[in-house]
Amino acid sequence: MSWKTRLITWLDHRTGVETAVRNFLYEKIPDSSGWRQVFGSVALFLFLVQAFTGALLAFNYAPTPGDAYNSLRYILTELTAGRLIRGLHHWGASMMIVVVVLHMVQVFVYGGYKKPREATWIAGVFLLLLTLAYGLTGYLLPWDNRAYWGTVVTTQIAAKAPVLGPYLTRLLGSTGDVGVVTFARFYGLHVLLLPPATMLLIALHIYLVRKHGVAPVPGDELLPGRKFYPEQAFRDTVAIFLAFAILFVMAAAVRVPLEELADPTDTTYVPRPEWYFLFLFQTLKLFKGPLEMAGAVILPALAILVLILVPFMDRGRIKKITERGFAAAIVVLAALGWAGLTAVALVTTPKPAVAQVDFSQPTDWLQLSPMELAGIGYFREENCASCHTVGGGKSRIGPDLANMPIKRSAAWMIQHFKRPSAMVPGSAMPAIQLTDAQLNTLAAFLLKLNPQNAEALQSAPDFATQGALIYQKSFCGSCHLLNGVGMKIGPLNV
Amino acid sequence: MASPPYSDRVPGPTQRVPENTTRRRFYLSIIYGLWGFMSLALSIPAFVYLLFPPRVRKQSEWVEAGDVSKLAVGEPVEMVFRENRVDGWKVTSEKENVWVVKFSDQNIVAFGPQCTHLGCAYHWDDGKREFQCPCHSSVFSVDGNVVSGPAPRPLDRYEAKIQNGKLLLGALRESGAKNA
Repeated sequence: MSWKTRLITWLDHRTGVETAVRNFLYEKIPDSSGWRQVFGSVALFLFLVQAFTGALLAFNYAPTPGDAYNSLRYILTELTAGRLIRGLHHWGASMMIVVVVLHMVQVFVYGGYKKPREATWIAGVFLLLLTLAYGLTGYLLPWDNRAYWGTVVTTQIAAKAPVLGPYLTRLLGSTGDVGVVTFARFYGLHVLLLPPATMLLIALHIYLVRKHGVAPVPGDELLPGRKFYPEQAFRDTVAIFLAFAILFVMAAAVRVPLEELADPTDTTYVPRPEWYFLFLFQTLKLFKGPLEMAGAVILPALAILVLILVPFMDRGRIKKITERGFAAAIVVLAALGWAGLTAVALVTTPKPAVAQVDFSQPTDWLQLSPMELAGIGYFREENCASCHTVGGGKSRIGPDLANMPIKRSAAWMIQHFKRPSAMVPGSAMPAIQLTDAQLNTLAAFLLKLNPQNAEALQSAPDFATQGALIYQKSFCGSCHLLNGVGMKIGPLNV
Repeated sequence: MASPPYSDRVPGPTQRVPENTTRRRFYLSIIYGLWGFMSLALSIPAFVYLLFPPRVRKQSEWVEAGDVSKLAVGEPVEMVFRENRVDGWKVTSEKENVWVVKFSDQNIVAFGPQCTHLGCAYHWDDGKREFQCPCHSSVFSVDGNVVSGPAPRPLDRYEAKIQNGKLLLGALRESGAKNA
C-alpha cells in the first residue's frame, strides 16, 4: 500500500470520512437525471459565496448608522479589490434569488414535490423566504438614501399588518423612525440569525433529498440508476461555473452605486425597492384605501401559504412532464404577472430631477464662463429685465443693454449699480443691493453683452445660472477649471 | 435522457460494463479544473483585500504647531496642537503636545512629550533649568540630553521647520545614540 492509501485508510478508520465522501459522491440517482437538476447545487454555491464575501465585508464594516456609510466608502475607494468584493455580495444576492426561483420552477413543473417529498418542498419554500429576508435586511446596511428610504417603506408596510402590526414595529425597532435601533436589528438578523437558520434548513433540505432520493420521472423504475459522480457532478460544476462567471463579470463591470448618506429630511428622494420586490410594490399600488392592507400584507401572506400547500393540493402520482400542462400554465401565468407588475413599476418610476441640456434650444450659453453665467443669475434675481430689454423686443423704461455700446470700466459700472443717479444724473434706476464681488460678476457679464450673444441671456437654463451662482460664491474656480477659466489644481469639470 | 455508455451506470444483471475512461477523464479534469479556477478567483481578491494596505489619503506632511516668532531664546515652551489621525475609515482630530526650545531664530528644536524611559510626560523645571520626569526621576538638559536617571537615550525630536514665524512639525524621530 502506498503511503497515501495508508493515510486515507487510517483516517477513514478513525473518522469515517472516506466512507462519507464515497457515500456522498456515489449516491444513486435516477437514470433521467440531467442538466435540469443543477439549480439546487448552484443555489447552495451562491449561498457559500454570499457567506464568504459577507464575512470579508464585515472585516471592514462598522455596523452603526454613524459609521456604516463611511466604512463602506472606505471599502469601495481605499481598499484594493473592495469594490469587487462588494459587487460579488450585491449581485450575488440578486443572482441567488434568480437561481432559487429557477430551482423551484423546475421542481414545480416536474412535480418533484409529490409524496413523499412534501417536507423537502416546504423546507425549500422557507429557504426562499430566508433568501428574501437577506435581501430586505441587507438593503439597509449601506445606510445611504436608497437604503434608508427603502427601509422606511418596508417598516411602514410591516406596521400595517393586521393585529401584528404594532408588535412587528416594535420588533423592528421602528417605533419612532428608522434609526439606530432598526439598524441594529436588521444587522443582527442579517449576520447573526439568518445565516445559522439558513444552514440548518439547507442541511435539512439536503438530508431530505438524500433520504427520498432525487425525484424520478415515469420510466425511471425500469432503468438502472446511476452514480452522482462524476457525470452529474460534472454538470453541477459546469452550471456553477457559468453562474460564477456571470456573477464575477457583473461584480467587476457593473458598478454598484453608493448613493448619498441617508438623509431623513430629503423630501425629493424617490424610494424604490430592489428589483425582485418591485412586483410587490406595484401590487400594493393596486389597492386603495382600506383595501391597502389586503394588498400589502394579506395577499403576500396568502401567496406564501398557497406555495407551502402546493404538495397537498396536487396529490396525484408523478406524471410525465408532457402531461403537466396545467403546472406549466401556472408558471407561465405567474411569470407574466410578475413581469407585467415589475415592468409597470419600472415605467412609472419618476426620473430623478437631473439637469439636462435641451439641445433643441439655442445653446450659446454653453460657451460662457462661470462668472458670466453667474452674472445672468444676478441679472434674473434682480429682475433687471423688468426695465431693460436685451437685444430688441418691446422697448421699456431703461435702455436696451445689448444695443448700447458700453464704453465704461467695471469699476464705473459697480459704482453705477450702487448709486445710479450719482453716475448718471437723472437716472431712475434703483440701486442694486449686492456685494462688490457680486456686482463685479454682473458687470463682467454686461460688459460682454452684444446683439450676437444676447441670445444666451434668454436661453441659459435656470439650473445653469443657479449652479454658476453657487460656483462663484463657493470659489470652486480657485481649484477647478471650467470652460478654460480658473486654476488647474482640481479635476476638470468640462 | 439518453444514457451514456460508460461505467457510472450501476451494472444490471445482463449489462455489460464498458470502460469509457476518456469520457471519465474529461469529466474529472473539468470538475477539478473549474473548482480550482473558482477557488483562485475568490481567494486571490480576498487576500488582496485583506492584506494590501489601504490607499493613503493625501494629507499634508507638515502640521502647524504654533507661532514661535516671539519665543524667548533658551526657554522651553510646551505647545499644544491638533493633528488629524487616520484610523481606517475614521479621521480623528487629536490633541498633541510638543516641547519647543528656541536656540536661535534658525535653530528651533521640538521634543516629543514623552520620557524615553517608559513614556511618562515630563515637565520643565525653571529653577533647575532641566526637564524632569516624575515617574523615575530621569533628568534631561535643555538640549534633550540625559543628565541623570534611567532614561536610555536623549529626548525624541520632531522633524521641524519654520515658515513665516510658524513652527511646522513632521514625523517624530526616535533619538539614536546616547547623548547625541
